[in-house]
Amino acid sequence: MPTDEMWINMGPQHPFNHGLWNLRVKLKGETITQAEPIIGYLHRGWEKMVENRTYSQIVPLADRLCYGSSLSWNHLYCLTAEKIYGIEAPDRAKYIRVAVLELQRITSHLTWLMAVGTDLGSYTIMTWSIRERELFLDLLCKLSGARMTYNYCRIGGVRSDLPENYERDVNRTLDEFEKRLRDLESLMDENEPFLMRTVGIGKMDGKTAMNLGLTGPIMRASGVEMDLRRLDPYEVYADMKFDICTHTDGDVYARYRVRMDEMRESMKIVRQALAQAPAGPIRVKVPRCPPKGNVVNHVEDPRGESLMYMVSDGSERPYRLKVRSPNFVNLSASPPMLVGFKISDVPAIMGVMDMCIGETDR
Amino acid sequence: MDIDLSFNAMTMTAKQFGEMTKTMMRETMVATGGKQVIDKITAPIWSWGQRNSVYPLHFGIACCALEMAAAGGPRYDAERLGIVFRSSPRQSDVLLLNGWISAKLRPSLKALYEQMPSPKWVIAMGECTISGGPWYDAYNVIQGADTFIPVDVYIPGCPSRPEAMIQAFNMLNRKLTAENRGSFLDD
Amino acid sequence: MSQVIIYDTPDRSVEDISKDIKSKFPAVEVLKAAPKRLHLQVPREISFEVCKFMKEGLNFEHCSCVTTVDYLDHFTVVFHVSSWTNHILSEVLVDIPRDDPTVDSITPLWGGANWHEREAYDLMGIVFKGHPDLRRIMMPEEFKFHPLRKDFIVGRRV
Repeated sequence: MPTDEMWINMGPQHPFNHGLWNLRVKLKGETITQAEPIIGYLHRGWEKMVENRTYSQIVPLADRLCYGSSLSWNHLYCLTAEKIYGIEAPDRAKYIRVAVLELQRITSHLTWLMAVGTDLGSYTIMTWSIRERELFLDLLCKLSGARMTYNYCRIGGVRSDLPENYERDVNRTLDEFEKRLRDLESLMDENEPFLMRTVGIGKMDGKTAMNLGLTGPIMRASGVEMDLRRLDPYEVYADMKFDICTHTDGDVYARYRVRMDEMRESMKIVRQALAQAPAGPIRVKVPRCPPKGNVVNHVEDPRGESLMYMVSDGSERPYRLKVRSPNFVNLSASPPMLVGFKISDVPAIMGVMDMCIGETDR
Repeated sequence: MDIDLSFNAMTMTAKQFGEMTKTMMRETMVATGGKQVIDKITAPIWSWGQRNSVYPLHFGIACCALEMAAAGGPRYDAERLGIVFRSSPRQSDVLLLNGWISAKLRPSLKALYEQMPSPKWVIAMGECTISGGPWYDAYNVIQGADTFIPVDVYIPGCPSRPEAMIQAFNMLNRKLTAENRGSFLDD
Repeated sequence: MSQVIIYDTPDRSVEDISKDIKSKFPAVEVLKAAPKRLHLQVPREISFEVCKFMKEGLNFEHCSCVTTVDYLDHFTVVFHVSSWTNHILSEVLVDIPRDDPTVDSITPLWGGANWHEREAYDLMGIVFKGHPDLRRIMMPEEFKFHPLRKDFIVGRRV
């Protein structure tokens, strides 16, 4: 029977895409022959707006770059600003930052798991992940006062010290979460339809991943052991003992497995950081205008490598602030993962990539 | 009312026949006073059904969308109040806007709003949809959703807490009670 | 795909690499050669050859970012490339004149630079020669201006 190829628009409003973007796929029957992501529906001109704000006014704006892991962007901005001022946060602030960043990493991975549950049609995974996420949101709300855009790091340190008995509360929550994580994993690892939909789908090998600029858990699932916390350590990650999680298959199941293992490693880092935090001040005073110059800084976001490039002309507002978001590049590298698979595999492949369009479009 | 009982009445289309029957029935009921009796029974029932099953569209734009998702989670549980998220605009009552609206999104949003069948309402969640939020000098952000679609309930907050979203649905509930739609043969 | 690629201790140091580049391309100026950081100022004509040498000869496997800055009398294109084998993040600065904003694209070398260059074209108006598909990515196709340039003034309510 003669058939024609057809372009289909999946988005901007579609149940499977979290955030607003459009995926145009060219279909031959049910098989995808070409794919093209289209973004720009959430572009607000963040980089132009921050040229009109002072350095300390940008701190809450950096939160809203990626709201799924807002502390990590907040922290990246504060670290870059500290470099351009030429100051360093005190030791206690560094340990607190590392602990809170890893708590944020666990929260971000649970948000990803909620999205995966919705995409694959399993409401139990979605509901259980939201329930575990609420445990961590309680901890972070106790620390900073907000549930999602915390605004906790400041240029020169953190906003306030840990509340009373915080280490005890964190350890209790982590013990409880470890038990629940085993239940959550059994929902997926022992689930035949889940394995059928994820094993062998959306493969990409390590060399292609490196050339296309992929970073983060997606690249670690293709057999490349690269983690910026080990390769170019910042804050006190050089003192922490943790493993880098990798997997060799490069398919959707491998990417899911890497993130679940990363949650366990993050729990280890949180316990170490809170136990080793020394007493002392938590913030240093910062002058109004930084010296002229430009700096570049990169960290390991839960989604990959995020980078900020800041140019200062000596005044109290930045001259240029460029944000490199990991999701931007991961999305541009997704067509090779989709070609050859069926259209019903699209939610599985794209859902496991952990999209957050706020940072893609900026 | 314009009934032509001549020979040409046999050549009406089905749609014309339906309209003619409906108009005839409505005018008879009004004239005899029967509509008033039926209205007293159907209007409260219709209105009760409508306000306790407000279906929003599954549409998440930005940060406030995560709080909307958390409101559907086990702790805040919006489903017990009849709030079930629907994937298609043709099956939803409420357009819940959460996140900044960019100029590229505006035509798509207008198309979504027009695809929803009436009666429909719009809830603006978060500072960005009320008036542009922290992006007051952006070149690409529309300063408020009510510049191009009518909004019924505004929820302040950046991001709004899930309890605030549930309170907004309660307020919409009270608005629907006051409107008391659902009379017999009225749209 | 059954083996894992591991990046342990760096193979060569920053000084070695900067000496290699300087000896092959004398026109390149090394602005900073600190541990894990290497900043170079490269003239526009040889930017593609320098990047090609860095990728093939010196193991710079990953392109992190392509940025542009508008200094009012000229533009500067900044390529951030990383070498995971040697643990280096390198910054390559290329100055281009304002009335002829073109530069060679590095997409043929690193596929990861594709969307970064499209965004630089969209928001700043720099044309990358040799890019496979240079069109707007964030703003709609009919938009006539380049928003990140310093002469595009915002600040009033839209």
